[in-house]
Amino acid sequence: MAQIRIQNVRKEFGAFTAVQSSSFTVEDGEFFMLLGPSGCGKTTTLRMMAGLELPTSGEIYIDGEEVGMKPASQRDIAFVFQMFALYPHMNVRKNISYPLLSQGMPRAEVKARVEDVARILKIETILDRPVGGLSGGDRQRVALGRAIVRRPKAFFMDEPLGALDAEFREHMAEELRALHDRIGATTVYVTHDQLEAMQMGDKIVVMNHGVVEQFGKPQEIYDWPATKFVAKFIGSPAMNFFDFDGMIDAGDTVIELSGKRVNVPSSRQGAKGQLTMGVRPEHIRFSDASEYRGRVLATEYLGTTQIITLTTPNGEVKARASSRQAVRSGETIGLEFNPGTLTIFEGEKGRALLSEANEGVLRHG
Amino acid sequence: MSSYSVTEPSGRQKLFAGTLVILYALITILPLLWIIGTSFKSPSDAIAYPPKTFFSPTLEGYVNLFTTRTRATEEDVKALGEPTTWYDRIVRKDGFIIAGPSRFMERFSNSIVIGFGSTVLCIVLGTAAAYAFSRFKVPLKDDLLFFILSTRMMPPIAVAIPIFLMFRSLGLNDTHLGMILLYTAVNLSLAVWLLKGFIDEIPIEYEEAALIDGYTRFQAFYKVVLPQAMTGIASTAIFCLIFAWNEYAFAVLLTSGTAQTAPPFIPTIIGVGGQDWPAVAAGATLFLVPVMIFTIVLRKHLLRGITFGAVRK
Repeated sequence: MAQIRIQNVRKEFGAFTAVQSSSFTVEDGEFFMLLGPSGCGKTTTLRMMAGLELPTSGEIYIDGEEVGMKPASQRDIAFVFQMFALYPHMNVRKNISYPLLSQGMPRAEVKARVEDVARILKIETILDRPVGGLSGGDRQRVALGRAIVRRPKAFFMDEPLGALDAEFREHMAEELRALHDRIGATTVYVTHDQLEAMQMGDKIVVMNHGVVEQFGKPQEIYDWPATKFVAKFIGSPAMNFFDFDGMIDAGDTVIELSGKRVNVPSSRQGAKGQLTMGVRPEHIRFSDASEYRGRVLATEYLGTTQIITLTTPNGEVKARASSRQAVRSGETIGLEFNPGTLTIFEGEKGRALLSEANEGVLRHG
Repeated sequence: MSSYSVTEPSGRQKLFAGTLVILYALITILPLLWIIGTSFKSPSDAIAYPPKTFFSPTLEGYVNLFTTRTRATEEDVKALGEPTTWYDRIVRKDGFIIAGPSRFMERFSNSIVIGFGSTVLCIVLGTAAAYAFSRFKVPLKDDLLFFILSTRMMPPIAVAIPIFLMFRSLGLNDTHLGMILLYTAVNLSLAVWLLKGFIDEIPIEYEEAALIDGYTRFQAFYKVVLPQAMTGIASTAIFCLIFAWNEYAFAVLLTSGTAQTAPPFIPTIIGVGGQDWPAVAAGATLFLVPVMIFTIVLRKHLLRGITFGAVRK
């Protein structure tokens, strides 16, 4: 088990920069998610950590040792591929024992270890079957078995649930997390599914265009996104953005949104020009007392909650409210924002301004 | 109206398809059967008109193929005493005695050495090149691949004269090495292209998994890629062997003695009073055997490859 530290790692493929100077740390025993849209560099980052790609520059430390230029076979890590990559010409038992055979482990010990792992994953009955006929879930378990059998320093997983159908994915996600809790191994997991990331991860790195946008615990990232990209990528429906032209000074607790005053957490930074106020759908409340008004366009019933789409002077927004609240399309209602939850983003880069509420989260990263 | 299935053919369709397949098989196999039949005929039966479908079989053709014979007077034959072996008896019936073995065994083993030698060399070089082209960044990759392909754009015999001159100055004329190199050169482009296609199909993740499992690049290639490329290697080997085995023009041009292969030799088997057709047919029949065995042995891989592909994706 080990801590993994990535420092200023950069990867270029010819003229294309896949990963731009990224740094983050995966603590020992953490379930760590690399999250981002396709092409954001998350898989390249993982492959550099595993030694399947060499970084153009920067350092990768596993357990305190710099391994950036070491081949994968010398890093003592395990990798679970999206398509599992079980050796098709071997049966389940041989697949799982393959990493042990490379170390020249005695046969009796290999056998014991494989059976041990099979018991953990509940695949004892299929050990002598060829991998060709296995179901997706069993293939997944065999791939995990091949990874954990060696007791490596860390596990790297590249969208391991991506090849499973939706129903089964949920189940495997739980199984994976339970397995991690049981063996406590440092795990780095790549996914483009923000729900999967929040559901399973101890910590999340959000990447976009080869840049680490934010790095932290799922709830910190959800509540206090560092950039507009993160705010939009995480959460469904996404965070609402109210674009406005205006200014905010350090210490201000009020902004002016289309002529109406809105309370915000006390700002630590000043900015002016193009600004955006971000608010999660569940932090919008309806109140006739509010001066800020919007017209209901549509409602979506989701069981316990409903999503209400409104048009406001600052664009379309979505609010989440209890299903019991009666809202009719076409009516105009007042909107109130929970002041402790608001984030102001500045200008084109869309960086979040530090405030009393989010500085605890954003300063450390 | 009876129900019918889209996937399960009806009895009548099966009958029709079966008849068609058997008919086609008969048409293609008939010349082969005729050659095998002729190899067991006596020389006079072989040239009988109308052709004889039913005849009394004899091994005369095979005996004539493997031996050289001289005509002997009756006294000479008598002086030798009773024939001791069945083949002596066959030969003496026509008033001949066996003078010695023919060159057929030499030519046949030349064919085996050159055919299999060039196939093995071709597969080794082809697999290595195909793997490199498939997996690594090779400078000018597309140009190199096109260049390799371009060697197939004319019939190989078009360069017979330059090759003849080249071989003469290198001392490769009529040598096993020369023929192995020549057939390898002709086949290699096909082998590289075919094998590259097969290796491209093998997901790179298998090798990466092996690399992470602690194996070196070569071990990953040897233990993970090769077993999965067996289908491609088997079919490529069959193509290479069939070409080298059947090749006639270069063999006529470049070999005459020590390294002569069976194809230019078989038609030169001369009998007494005309071509010895049963012996030629016997040579052709035996000539078929190695390729047939090779293909049957590798057929298992070809079939397994087909079912493999079906479940992998």
